[in-house]
This record gives sequence, structure tokens and C-alpha cells, in this order.
Amino acid sequence: MAAKKSGKGGSAKNSATDKSYVRFENVQKSYDGEVLVVKDLNLDIPKGEFVTMLGPSGSGKTTCLMMLAGFEPATHGEIFLNDSPINMVPPHKRGIGMVFQNYALFPHMTIAENLAFPLQVRGMSKPDQEERVKRILDMVELPLMAGRRPAQLSGGQAQRVAVARALVFEPDLVLMDEPLGALDKQLREQMQYEIKHIHESLGVTVVYVTHDQTEALTMSDRVAVFNDGVIQQLSSPESLYEDPKNSFVAQFIGENNKLNGVVKGISKGICTVKLANGTIVKADQVNVDNVGDGTTLSIRPERIELQPKDKMDNIIEGRIEELIYLGDHIRVRMNVAGNDEFIVKVRNRGQKRNLSEGQKTKIGWANTDCKALDLVA
Amino acid sequence: MTDIAASETGTTSEVLTTRDGVPLKRSLARALRREKMRALMLIAPLLLFILLAFVAPIADMLFRSVENNIVQNTLPNTVVALRDWNPNSGEIPGEPVFEALAGDLKIAVSQKTHTRLGSRLNYEQPGIASMFRKSGRKVKNLEEPPYREQFIEIHEGWGTVENWATIKQFSSKYTDGYFLSAIDRERTEQGIAEKPEKEQIYLFLFGRTFFLSVTITISCILLGYPIAFLLANLPLRSSNLLMIMVLLPFWTSLLVRTSAWKVLLQQQGVINDFLVWTGLVTDAGRLVMINNQTGTIIAMTHILLPFMILPLYSVMKTISPTYVRAAKSLGANDWTAFWKVYFPNTIPGIGAGSILCFILSIGFYITPELVGGTSGIFISNRIAYHISSSLNWGLGAALGVILLAIVMLFYWMYDKIVGIDNVKLG
Repeated sequence: MAAKKSGKGGSAKNSATDKSYVRFENVQKSYDGEVLVVKDLNLDIPKGEFVTMLGPSGSGKTTCLMMLAGFEPATHGEIFLNDSPINMVPPHKRGIGMVFQNYALFPHMTIAENLAFPLQVRGMSKPDQEERVKRILDMVELPLMAGRRPAQLSGGQAQRVAVARALVFEPDLVLMDEPLGALDKQLREQMQYEIKHIHESLGVTVVYVTHDQTEALTMSDRVAVFNDGVIQQLSSPESLYEDPKNSFVAQFIGENNKLNGVVKGISKGICTVKLANGTIVKADQVNVDNVGDGTTLSIRPERIELQPKDKMDNIIEGRIEELIYLGDHIRVRMNVAGNDEFIVKVRNRGQKRNLSEGQKTKIGWANTDCKALDLVA
Repeated sequence: MTDIAASETGTTSEVLTTRDGVPLKRSLARALRREKMRALMLIAPLLLFILLAFVAPIADMLFRSVENNIVQNTLPNTVVALRDWNPNSGEIPGEPVFEALAGDLKIAVSQKTHTRLGSRLNYEQPGIASMFRKSGRKVKNLEEPPYREQFIEIHEGWGTVENWATIKQFSSKYTDGYFLSAIDRERTEQGIAEKPEKEQIYLFLFGRTFFLSVTITISCILLGYPIAFLLANLPLRSSNLLMIMVLLPFWTSLLVRTSAWKVLLQQQGVINDFLVWTGLVTDAGRLVMINNQTGTIIAMTHILLPFMILPLYSVMKTISPTYVRAAKSLGANDWTAFWKVYFPNTIPGIGAGSILCFILSIGFYITPELVGGTSGIFISNRIAYHISSSLNWGLGAALGVILLAIVMLFYWMYDKIVGIDNVKLG
């Protein structure tokens, strides 16, 4: 099996250490025979992991989930579940729990009947069914809802029932397709923690699809950032934010300032970059190879020091365009090296700062906080 | 000030009122009256049209099922004279009634209507028929008044209170006789009883109408369900084409379609020719598919199919495909996912389609008339016969009332069992 592995990118390093439970091998998918929605996907998910597929709409993440669930056939490649190929296994024999975007609770059944459905089709006896349904309802803290219909539930309750139904037959793998999309912000945050806790206590493997990066960062062990049918980066939430591998990930995860320039020199992983207005700055070499290449520098707004007092790796001048007071911090929009969307977050520590719009001021950052990535317009 | 304070304290405990003390409900009704009047004005032309062209003629027609003019028309003056007579008095009517009877009977005899009246009343009071026949023969021999003794001399029946009571009772304008014959019953000496077996026809016809309608409705469900499913689930381009194919017969004249079935189904028709050509049936053994129940079922199923497909389609269109997906992901195979999850959600559509098909087919006339022969005709064909050929409008109307009542009954039962709110027509 191991010899067969031809995975590039994210798959190779993980499968070497952990035994993978779900594996995508060179999977491609096209709906119309003209456009590849998923291009050569390789992904290994060890047992018990919470993996999120994150990406903008149309990036192929939901298609991957549907292929794993068995609702869409892969055009090319093979998907393995617990080391056995499942391309030819129909969805109902895969034993994968799934939570749908709009919950898909059966409207003609009560909550108890909905929850008993997967047990019933598995031929479980009536008393066992009732026992399990009761237990799972207690787990999602809805013990009194058994007799209600889905239409009588609030959004959050329906959400919990949908999760409960996907878990009640004790699958080892649960797929979730943007399950919190229909909830309001507060409820969504609460449910994120609940789902996270359920995952931790049951130890199931979860593959979660979302386009909401906060959701992905809060809940996941690892996040696969999708764009254009390709996994751009597969890593932990922390390294996704701290060490983006390319400009797309840097842009997509969190807030980010871009500065375009040309690489003038590379030594020991530090690039010297000449910006559009001639300023020279230094940055971490991440995704540039040669001197003379164009590059996009990525700097997080909170890593920039405004009016630095200490000596810093890079200190350049910018002009303050706009000040937005947000309570815990002040957002300063600046014009830096011709980019007037440059954002600096200044922590509100209580002391008066003499900032005013139109003022020219110095900003500084450390080399390691600035990443030299592939050039984007 | 005190008034306002009083009224304000009053509002909390009793009827809500406006500031000036008018009850809130009345005030609201007054405010809405203008709008209601305007709404009524908008629907007034249609309402008037429906009343004049639909409700009134039907009501008039249905009313004929209980209308009964025979006593009044044959003995008009006697009926008037009998008004003052009380059957409970124990005495036979006085001379004025007999005087009127003499006049009426002479006219009736000249028009030969008295025997009909006699046999009509004989259903109610045995012996009256002979009384009228005998009196009819002898009425020309009557001498000068008083007539009372002379009539009793002709037939002693005129001297009994019961006979007079019967005449008075049925001199009213209404009868249940038509309804009795519409359910194969009649009034005999022993009261209401079944008609002789060979005269019974209507209950059998009602039964057949019901049976054929149920068969047609079920055929429509079986044929329409897959089509509706395809319509709701195919890509837009193919489903549009399919929809046009469903609607195309809908836009063709009923008569044309029925005649087309005649061409196809008859013994020398296209289908039989084909079967003989393939050797499946012999030339002598050509199938009889028309002018019988088979013909009626085939042609009417075809005609009523769109009425089943369209409500089904509109319901299926609203069923999210994720339900079936969810069922499969939970471990249900294709059949279980369909039967336990998809099918229950289509029941409102089946209900709506079935009501439409059943009610339409129970009153169908043209198609059974053309392709039904004698064994495939419906009760409505019998109604049409009474209205246009035998001119027994009373009986036709009674059959119509019963048919209407049956439809209402089924509608009510459906509402009780399935709930009319669950019916979706689009």
C-alpha cells in the first residue's frame, strides 16, 4: 500500500507517521467533461482528527465531501476508507454520518423518529432504539423534544438534532457540510464549541466543510485551504495563520497587508525586496526562489509597530489616511509604498497618542513577521 | 379628566374601548367596513354572473327532484277547498270540497289524467286507484248538488277520512318519490321496499361509477407518479420538454382524444391489427377493448392523467433532494429511502391529484358515452338520458343530487382523514 503512494504536497508527510483513516489518492472530478472542479487531490486524514475543508464557494471543497459521502462519483483516482477503496461502495453502505447544510431533518417524522431512522434501517430492536435515542437526546441537551416535529424546532435545536442523527448510529467518520451556515452569529459560536466538545468526547473523525475561516480556526486540528480545485495548504490553524505558504492563504486567513516588489537578493532565508516606490525592506523567504522575481509581501496588521521607539528590522515611512476607533484597538489605514489600503492595528493601552489623518509617520516590523510570497496583482 | 381616568381603568378589566368609550371591536369593524365594501364591489360582477349562470340554474334543476305537482294540477280547486279541512277532526270534508271535486274530476276525466293521479296516490294509500277509476267512469252521471252523498254512493272510499287525508297530504308540492326510485326503492303497501330485481339499475350504476372512478384514479397514480418524479428531478431542459408533452393532450379537445382512442382500440383498429400482425392474437380472437369498461378506463385514464401529474409535480418540486441523500447517508438503501422518506412527503400531492381525478371522473359523461358501450357507462350518462330523452327531469335531478352528495361526502371524508390543508395544487 505504502509503495502506491505518489502524493505530493500535504499528503506525504502526514501519512508517513499516522495511519490514515480517510485517504484521497489523485482524485479528480469534473461535472461537464470540460472543467476540473477538483484537480489531483491527495489528502490523508488519521483517525480521530477534525479536518476542515475551507475555501471560497466553487473551490471544490463540497464536491470533495460529496465524493467521500458517495453522492458524487470521482472522475479519476481512488478514495480509501480504513484502507479499503470505496469508489464502488454505495452511500448507505459506507457507514458515514453526515450533517447537511439545511439539516435535512425528515419533516414527516418526529425528532425521535428522525433519530431512530438510522437504527431502524440497521434492524436494531425497538427497546435498543429507544435507549439510544434517549441517550443521544441527553447528549445534545434536548431531552424533551422527542415528540416534536422538525418544523417546531428553533434553528439551534434543529442543528443539534441533525448532529445527533449523524452520530446516533455511532459512525467512525462524520461529515459536516456547512452545518452552521443558517444560524445567527451568537448561536454559531456556541455551536462551534459544542461540536468541538462532541468531537473530543466521542473521538470520531470529522471532516467539516465551511467557507467561514473563524469557524475553521476555532474547531479544527488541521485545515485544508481549498482554491480552484487544489489544496493550497494543509496545516494546523496556527501555522496557517503564522506561516502561510502562498499569497492566497495569507489573504484568505485573517487580515493581511500586501506590498508588491522585486527580489533583489536572498541570503539565509531572508529576502531583500525593493518595493514599488524604491524602498528596500527585508522579509522571510517563503514562496520565492530567484533574485529578480516579483513577490508579494504579507504582513499581519497587528504585527506592525506604529511610531516604533526601539530599533526594528524594517522601518519605513507612511501617511495616515484614516483613523477608526474600535474600542480595544484603533484601526489606522495608511498609505505605504503606494498601497493606500495598508492597515495597522494599534492596541488601545489608555495612553494618548497624537495621531491625525494626513500625518506622516514611521512604521516598523520584524523580518519574521513579513513573508515573501508569490506575486499577486 | 375623571371620565378619561374612569374609562382607562375600565379598559384593563373589561371590554377594550377607544378614547371616547366606543368598544374597540365595533370601532375596528367600522374602520374596516369601507375596505370590505370595496372588496365586495370588486367581486360583484363575477358573483352576480355565477349566481345567475351557475348557482341559480343548478339549484332550479336540483329542486325538480322533490317537486310534485300532480295532485295540485289534477284537482286544483279541491286542493284549495281542502285547505280549511282538518283531518284530525275525524269527519270527512263538507259539501264545498265535494263540489270542487266534481268540477275537477270532470275536467280530469276529459283529459284522462285522473287514472294517473289514482295510481300515483295508490302508492301512498292502497285502494285509491280503483276509487278514482270508478268515480271517473260515473262522474258524468252526477246529478244536481249536493254531491257529497252521491260521491259516497259511487265509491264508499270518499266517505273515509284516511283517503281524504292522503289527498290532502300529497296535495303539497313536494315528494321524496324521485329519490326513492333513484335508489331503486318504491313505496308499497308495506312501506318503502326494493323495486323488483329487473327494474333495479341505479344503485348498480352508482356502484359501477364508483368502482370505475377508483380504478381510473389508481391507474392515474401508477402512471403519473414516475412521470411527475422525472419532471421534478430532470435537468431543466429535458423537464421542460417533458412538461410540454404532458400538457399537449391537455390542450387538445376532449372529443378528439376520445375519438382517437376509438381508432386505436376498436377491433379493426391499430392496436388489434398490430397484435394480429405480430401473431400474438389470431384474427378471430381480436381483443375487445372498446365499448366496454376497458375502453372507458383506458380513455379516461389518459384524459385525467395531467390532473394527477401536475399536483404531484408541484409537490415533488418542493421536496429537497437532500432528504433522500440524508436517508442514504444514514444507512437506508434506495428503496427504503424512497418509501420511508420521499414517498411520505409526496402524499399531499397524491391526495390532491386523487381528489381531482376522482371527482372529475365520477361525473364524466362524454368519454363513457363514446367508448363505454353499455357496460362502461356512468351514472351521468343515465342522468343525461333522463334529462334529454325520457324527460323524467325529476328522476334525473334526484340522481344528480345524490351524485353531488356523494362527492361532498368523499370530500368531507378526505378532509377528516388527510386534512384539506395538506392538499397542494401548486
